[in-house]
Amino acid sequence: MKKQVAIDVRNLTVGYGDYVLLHDADYQVNKGDIFIIMGGSGCGKSSMLRVLTGLLPPKKGEVIIGGVNMATAPQEDIQKIREKSGILYQSGALFSSMTLAENIALPLQQYSNYSPETIRELAHLKLALVGLKGFDDFYPSEISGGMKKRAGLARALALDPDIVYFDEPSAGLDPISSHNLDELIIELNRSLGTTIVVVTHELASIFAIGNNSIFLDANTKTIMAHGNPKELLKNPPNEEVYQFLTRGEKK
Amino acid sequence: MEQDNQHNYENNFKISEAKNIIRIFVFGDILKCNNEVPLQNITKNLSEKTKEIKFVNDGLKEWDSSFVLLVFKTIEEAQARNIKYDISELPENLQELIRLAFAVDRKPTAKSGNKMDYLENIGFKTLGVFKLIRKIFSYLRDVSSSIGRFFRAKSDIRGIDFCSALDDCGPKAIGIVALISFLVGLILAFVGAIQLRTFGAQIYVASLVTVGMCRIMGAIMVGIIMAGRTGSSYAATIGTMQVNEELDALETMGLSKIDFLVLPRLLALLVAMPILTMLSDIMGMLGGAFVGVFLMNLPYIEYWKYALDAFNMTNFWVGILHGFCFGFIIALCGCYSGLTCGRNADSVGVATTRSVVNAIVSMIIVTGILTVICQGLGL
Ligand SMILES: Nc1ncnc2c1ncn2[C@@H]1O[C@H](COP(=O)(O)OP(=O)(O)OP(=O)(O)O)[C@@H](O)[C@H]1O
Ligand SMILES: [Mg+2]
Repeated sequence: MKKQVAIDVRNLTVGYGDYVLLHDADYQVNKGDIFIIMGGSGCGKSSMLRVLTGLLPPKKGEVIIGGVNMATAPQEDIQKIREKSGILYQSGALFSSMTLAENIALPLQQYSNYSPETIRELAHLKLALVGLKGFDDFYPSEISGGMKKRAGLARALALDPDIVYFDEPSAGLDPISSHNLDELIIELNRSLGTTIVVVTHELASIFAIGNNSIFLDANTKTIMAHGNPKELLKNPPNEEVYQFLTRGEKK
Repeated sequence: MEQDNQHNYENNFKISEAKNIIRIFVFGDILKCNNEVPLQNITKNLSEKTKEIKFVNDGLKEWDSSFVLLVFKTIEEAQARNIKYDISELPENLQELIRLAFAVDRKPTAKSGNKMDYLENIGFKTLGVFKLIRKIFSYLRDVSSSIGRFFRAKSDIRGIDFCSALDDCGPKAIGIVALISFLVGLILAFVGAIQLRTFGAQIYVASLVTVGMCRIMGAIMVGIIMAGRTGSSYAATIGTMQVNEELDALETMGLSKIDFLVLPRLLALLVAMPILTMLSDIMGMLGGAFVGVFLMNLPYIEYWKYALDAFNMTNFWVGILHGFCFGFIIALCGCYSGLTCGRNADSVGVATTRSVVNAIVSMIIVTGILTVICQGLGL
C-alpha cells in the first residue's frame, strides 16, 4: 500500500536575506509518520519549521500541504491548513497575559462554535491529557519550563490537528519528563493517526519515536541523509551522520 | 609599568639563537604575564633564515592562560612565516590545550552582511529607507482596517485586554501626571512672574498659566510622560512576545496581531489621553495658583477670576485634540517597535528606546503641523 503524502517539499531553499541556510531540499512526510528533522545547532531546523508552517517565506521552491502551496497560496487557504495543524514552539510560546485554560480556549473560540461552557471543559480535558489537571487557572509565569512545554502541547492539540509540529520538545526537560513526552507523542500518533514532525537532536527520542527523518548539514547546506533513523545508524551514508547518531564516535 | 614588564620578562624568559634555531627558555611561575615584551623579543629574533622556533622547558612551574596565549601567538607567527615550531618540551596538558585551539572543527559560515564599498552602502541604505516607508504604510493600513473591523464588530479584540490596558494607562498614570503637571504649572507661574513683575502686572500670571497649560503644555507633558511610561511598556511587552515566539503562535492561530495586541492598547490610550490632558490642565492651573496665592500674595479671589477669564473653550479643545493625536502616536510607535523587534533580549531594549524616541519626535512634528493648521483656521 502506498502511503499518502502529508507534506511535500520540493526544491526548497531556506534562508534570511542573502544568507542561505539550506538549498534545494526535497522530501516528503507521509500521513501518520513521526518525522524527525535533525542536525547540529544552528543548521536551520527551526527555520525549516517556520517555512513549513508558512511563517517564513522560502527563497525558492514549494511546500505543499493538503494541496496548498504554503509559499504562494492566498492567506485564507494557508489559514485553513493552519487550523488543521498544531505547533509546539521551542519556548512553549504561551500568552503570558492569559491563564493556561484561556490559552487553550483561544484557538477553540476562534475556530469552533462550541458554547463557552464546552470550551472551558475542553480546555480542562486537554490540560488533563498532558498531565496538567487542575492547573487551569495558573498563569504561564507560575509554572515550570517543562510544564509550559506541556501546556503548549495542550494548546497545539486544541483543534484536533492533522499535523503537529514540535520544536525541540525535550530541550530543558528532565529525562523522565522527556521520556513521558515521547510516550505522549507516540500515543497521539497511534490513537489519533496524527502526522507528527519533530525537530530534535535528542538521540534517545530520535530512536524511540522516529520512523522517518532528514539530517540537515550546515556545511554543505543540504539534506545529508534521509530515512528511518535506526536504518541510518545501521548503514550510515557518511561519517558525519554516523557521528551525530552515536554522539561523536569515530567509525 | 614598562619596568614591570621587563622585570616579568627577565624572570621567566630567555631567548637565544643558534644555527637558525630560536630557543625560548621558560622558567619559574608564568602567571598573568604581559605578553607584549616576550612576543616582541621573539619576533625581533626572527629572520629570513630562521628555520625553527623551539620552546625549552627550563624549570617551568606554574602557568596560566596568559602563557598559553603567548605560545599560541608564537605558533601563529611561525605558521605565517612558514617556520617549524616545537613545543614538545612544554607540559603535556599545555600541548593539549594548544592542539585544541588549533583544531578546526567547522569553518564559520559566511555572515550575511558582507563588506560593501561606500557607494554600494549608500544605495543599500537608500533602498532600506524605501522599504521602511513601505513597511510603515502597510502597518498604518493594517491598523486602520483593524479599526474598521472594530466598528463593524468583526474584530478579534478581547474586552479584557482593553480593560487591562485602560487600567494601566488610565488610573495608574494619574499620580505621575498630576504631580508633573502641578510642577509645570508652578514653573510657568514662576518664570512668568519674574517678567510680569517688571510691569507691575503680576496678576496676569493667572492668565498666562491658564492659556499655557490648556492650549499646549498640558497635552505635551502628558504626551511625554505617557511615551516614557506606556509607549515603552507596549514596546517591551510586544517585543518580549516576539522573543518568546508568542507572535508566531498568534499568527499560526490565524489571530490578527493588530486586532489582538495593537487595537486594545490603541483604544485604551485614545480614551485615556484626553482625560489625562484635562487632568493635567487642572493640575497646572492649581500649580500656578499655588505660586500666585501663597508665594506672590496675590488675592485668592482675584487670581481665580483672572485665571477663569483667560480660559476659553477653543484653547481647551485644541489641547484635547493634541492629547488625542499624541495618544495615537504613542500607541502606534510603541506597538510598531514591539512588532518589529528582533528575536533576542538585546533587541527588546533597542525596541523600547526606539519607541520613546520615535514617539517624542513624531509628537513634536505633529504639534508643529497642528499649530500651523490652527493658525490657518484662526484658532
Ligand atoms: N530572523 C533571522 N534573521 C537572520 N538570521 C536568522 C534569523 N533567525 C535565525 N537566523 C540564523 O539562521 C540560523 C539557523 O537558525 P535556526 O534557529 O533555524 O537554527 P536551529 O537549527 O533551530 O538551531 P537550534 O538547534 O540551536 O535551535 C542561525 O545561524 C541564525 O543565525
Ligand atoms: Mg531551533
